[in-house]
Amino acid sequence: MGELIADVVRWFADATRWSGPEGVVQRLLEHLQYSLLSTVVAVLIALPIGLLIGHTGKGAFFAINLASFGRALPTVGVVILVFLVSGLNLWPVYVALVVLAIPVIVTNTYAGMAAVDHDVRDAARGTGLNGWQVLFQIELPLAVPLIMNGVRLAVVQVVATATIAAYISFGGFGRYVFDGFAQNDLAQVFGGAVLIAVLAIALDLALSGLQRALTPRGLALQRRRSNR
Amino acid sequence: MRWSWIPDHAGDLAMTTLEHSAIAAVAVLCGLVLALPLGVLAVRFPVLKGAVLGISGVLFTIPSLALFILLLPLTGLSYETAVLGLTVYTLVVLVRNTVEGLASVPPHVREAARAMGYGGTRTLLTVELPLALPVIMAGVRVATVMTISLVSVAGFIGHGALGQLFIDGFQRDFAVPVIAGVVITLLLALVADLALVATQHALTPWTRRGR
Repeated sequence: MGELIADVVRWFADATRWSGPEGVVQRLLEHLQYSLLSTVVAVLIALPIGLLIGHTGKGAFFAINLASFGRALPTVGVVILVFLVSGLNLWPVYVALVVLAIPVIVTNTYAGMAAVDHDVRDAARGTGLNGWQVLFQIELPLAVPLIMNGVRLAVVQVVATATIAAYISFGGFGRYVFDGFAQNDLAQVFGGAVLIAVLAIALDLALSGLQRALTPRGLALQRRRSNR
Repeated sequence: MRWSWIPDHAGDLAMTTLEHSAIAAVAVLCGLVLALPLGVLAVRFPVLKGAVLGISGVLFTIPSLALFILLLPLTGLSYETAVLGLTVYTLVVLVRNTVEGLASVPPHVREAARAMGYGGTRTLLTVELPLALPVIMAGVRVATVMTISLVSVAGFIGHGALGQLFIDGFQRDFAVPVIAGVVITLLLALVADLALVATQHALTPWTRRGR
């Protein structure tokens, strides 16, 4: 174990590791490209679905069980299936990652909407707000913390799973994992795993900052008071 | 698309499904055996709580494939490596839910048990754990469904059960085994989840009373 750690440190210390078309910086950009594009597309699809179900209350069963379906779907199978249909391009990676991210965002968006106090919703209606205004001015802001929880969970899973891009010959940090495995070079696998974990944690922290910025001030104050 | 591949290999598929279920079941059971004491310790000693939850959070960010490969020096290309790696992933969910479940027991219930002369261990076994059961079982359901899906990643180290069908289909440029693998995995997860819901229903009769 000590020997492996020393090998990993040496692996990271190698200056040629960081630059060039196969360097860490290039792999980081690829990994970010796969992960962020997939997450953005997933949010664009999942958020309206979750908001619609939460606002109308129709399809709650679907929204609650979708996360379970998402967890059950084997991503490796999805990547390979899309690959066999579409051939050698990035579609398999994007389809699999978007499909992975959608359920958890839909379920959390719905949960956030369902947790909005009925009295608050009724009061908004009573002051003359119409359905759209209630949705965008009352429900959505109040649901932000849970929605962002869903997005953060999705990002962590997507970053870890984007490793699979390397299986069908593309880049990202998964290259180190698959190449290290093929070359029986555990230091390289370890290095790749560390880079992926650090990227996932960094994006999670960035999103928790965004979550704090997006949470309405009244809600944040109320939470702080109830935590005391 | 040569769909006849499925009936032609029905026996193999059944065996593979059994193997898949066994790997997932052993991993979740091992995870539960480890997570319960870890969760209890984390609740008893708040110093440990941050550490236990922090470590399990970081583990979740490590790609499952990398974890399997890194376990190879310990257990080689074996069935144990697959089970060990999957067990580590179940801990992420199971420890968290054990902690949350135990923390959700109302303090006055614990105090009442104490006042009736219950010792620490007896309170834990007969009061706290049963009351934490719904939350713990919710964790077991998530961990089980997740593990059934993750077994296929162990296909890269040769023990993916249904996941082996994906690699097989990929190498032969043949989609039918891949589709069969995905569909059977989903069905297996559904059946396991329903079985766990029924188990929880049977284990927690008090949650149904008075509704």
